[in-house]
Amino acid sequence: MAISRRDILRSLTATAVTGSVLRVIPLEAAEYAHRMIRAEKAAADTQSYTPKFFSPHLYKTLQSLCNSIIPADDEAKGALEAGAPEFIDLLTSENPEYQLSLGGGLMWLDNSCIDRYGKSYLDCAADQQKEILDLIAYRKNAKKDSSLGQGIEFFSFLRKLTADGFFTSDIGIEYLGYIGNTFLSEFPGCPAVPEA
Amino acid sequence: MQVKRTPKTYDVCIIGSGAAGGTAAKVLTEGGLSVALLEAGPSFIPERDYKEHVWPYDLPHRGAGVGGRQRHGFDNEFLAPNGAWEIEGEPYVSAPGSKFRWFRSRIVGGRTNHWGRIALRMAPVDFKVRSHDGMGDDWPISYDDVAPYYDKVESYIGVFGTKENIPSAPDGIFLPPPKPRCTETIIKKACDKLSILCVPSRLAILTKPHNGRPACHYCAQCGRGCKTASNFSSSQVMIPPAEKTGRFTMITGAMARELVVGKDGKVTAVSYIDKGTKEERRIHARAFIVAASSCESARLLLNSRSSLFPDGLANSSGVVGRNLMDTVGSDAGGYFPQLERMPAHNHDGVGGMHMYLPWWKFDRKNEFLRGYHTEFGGGRGMPGVGDYDDLCDHVEGYGLALKRECKKKYGTHIGFAGRGEMIPNENCYCEIDPNMVDEWGIPVLRFHWKWGDNEIKMAKDMQESYRAIVEAAGGVFIPSADQDSAHPYGIADGGVIIHEVGTVRMGERPATSALNQYCQAHDVKNLFVTDGACFVTNADKNPTLTIMALTWRASDYLLDQAKKGNLGA
Repeated sequence: MAISRRDILRSLTATAVTGSVLRVIPLEAAEYAHRMIRAEKAAADTQSYTPKFFSPHLYKTLQSLCNSIIPADDEAKGALEAGAPEFIDLLTSENPEYQLSLGGGLMWLDNSCIDRYGKSYLDCAADQQKEILDLIAYRKNAKKDSSLGQGIEFFSFLRKLTADGFFTSDIGIEYLGYIGNTFLSEFPGCPAVPEA
Repeated sequence: MQVKRTPKTYDVCIIGSGAAGGTAAKVLTEGGLSVALLEAGPSFIPERDYKEHVWPYDLPHRGAGVGGRQRHGFDNEFLAPNGAWEIEGEPYVSAPGSKFRWFRSRIVGGRTNHWGRIALRMAPVDFKVRSHDGMGDDWPISYDDVAPYYDKVESYIGVFGTKENIPSAPDGIFLPPPKPRCTETIIKKACDKLSILCVPSRLAILTKPHNGRPACHYCAQCGRGCKTASNFSSSQVMIPPAEKTGRFTMITGAMARELVVGKDGKVTAVSYIDKGTKEERRIHARAFIVAASSCESARLLLNSRSSLFPDGLANSSGVVGRNLMDTVGSDAGGYFPQLERMPAHNHDGVGGMHMYLPWWKFDRKNEFLRGYHTEFGGGRGMPGVGDYDDLCDHVEGYGLALKRECKKKYGTHIGFAGRGEMIPNENCYCEIDPNMVDEWGIPVLRFHWKWGDNEIKMAKDMQESYRAIVEAAGGVFIPSADQDSAHPYGIADGGVIIHEVGTVRMGERPATSALNQYCQAHDVKNLFVTDGACFVTNADKNPTLTIMALTWRASDYLLDQAKKGNLGA
């Protein structure tokens, strides 16, 4: 029998009012409601994304960087597919500090690529993109070339937000092998732990 | 502006609905008294407002909050409603040179919606510290006075644990504990090697159906609030039975401003601001229980000045706001390579540790007085924002190497949190700020804070102990990253552990204490303060269980007075 969302929510409310004196709802109903909400969200989430903060060009650059930071492989898709750019754009649209560090950081990257290669990051050849990323991906490089400092700072922050976006997605969570957020009647304990 | 009066006089008016206020509401209404309760926040519906079982990707901000501002905070988007380090419109101040942080909750149930559910009894020696080591003060009561009330609270709310017969950690009435997680078996083995006590923890979470509430379903999300009420919160476990009596009136959005005193020196009413209309209102009652949280309760008394009580209500001793204590906190961690080889498995368990380390060095002389217990946890939890910050900074780079390193290291970290007793000192107190008011026009608190030497030595011992444990378990020790001149050995800022107590302390002598052993004000007989403010010391036991036991005891005393016709006399 198909149960509508309204049926479930009504049953939850009814139980809460007429059931135990304590505000308790049945586990099964609660779990069912959670699943239903998730399915609804997934169905609504098919539209293409319009950036809230970044210009179309900078957003494409952001997508490219997210893809480089956590790319797809045989095991799992990457940060791009996991929605990291949308997540970062949303946070940045709401936070002036992020707008400076990330918006300004992307501009720095383009400026540096124009200085080095005569074109913006996205227009650079793959080996040129790799060259500049290899420079800003490690703090030690600032010791040799202090002009990289701002780029390193930017990339370090973007790396964290990209990891956030990836590892909090369904793709990233499955990739890590987190098994949980579910209803168990008993906690089973753990498999044997290997010796140190 | 017209002051609106509610004509009715209640038997008791309670201010606050958390661990203390909720317990008083249940015991007093079930005992036959009519009760009005003021709560500064709104009410809520668990099934709508708790984010239990929500995945990070179900939220647009993934838990990081608007603008990413909650990316690292305890108050992330998943947390049960209305608990926060900063509340808009309700500021507080740290005095120059001091840093104190104040976590507050404006919601029915208060911080019991968020707390760690750690339910530890104070030990007999914890009530008699001055007699034992000469520092601080003894409580006017002993363990034997409180033990029957620990029994009552545990029996009612449900606490799991095991009987261990450890002098520093008295046994209670326990439900069976959950099985250990892999992280816990590793640490237990290392502790056994080092002769450090490591036993099942004691949490107010149901491992069996109990008093009409179903057992835990092991999703590890207690801090989000529990839709099935399988853990303890005042909002779900104390307030509903009070409501059922028909003698309970709860007024939400009610910010208590002042206790109004009559000519006879007794409290006649509480003035509060109705946050919805911004109007001033009053509730009249024969007796009053202030349970607004330790510092908020002190604030209310200090703001209740009158010609009879020029220094604030119940403050002839001058101790109100003084003796402010938090818990000594210092954290460390370890990386455990053997956990890289653990198969993927459900590691959630209850929303908290299944095992803990009670204070184990009670039988010897240490470099510091008193003791600490240790909470620990880690492993394969639900991923969240900020989880990979440290690893990203450590491995740097990008690409598949980074991705695979994150996967390899997932679930291999175990964190340790030392939680120790602070000895009160004259540099730690709160007072009314002379200049600032909140948006309701109520003068705000200013905090003064300085750790003593004993606390810093304790933090040092925590770091050393955790190094020994991690290394004995085959891990790589990661000391506290927050060590600097203001935080030697990683000691947390005052207030950060959210165990602030002591600001309206009890005692035998009215000259040095504000309350008697029943939490009744020496100066004002129909006024009680039963939250953490009444504490004389802050043992290494999380205060909530003791707050509930002391409130139950004070409520029984009030009921007894009412039976004798002495309510408010």
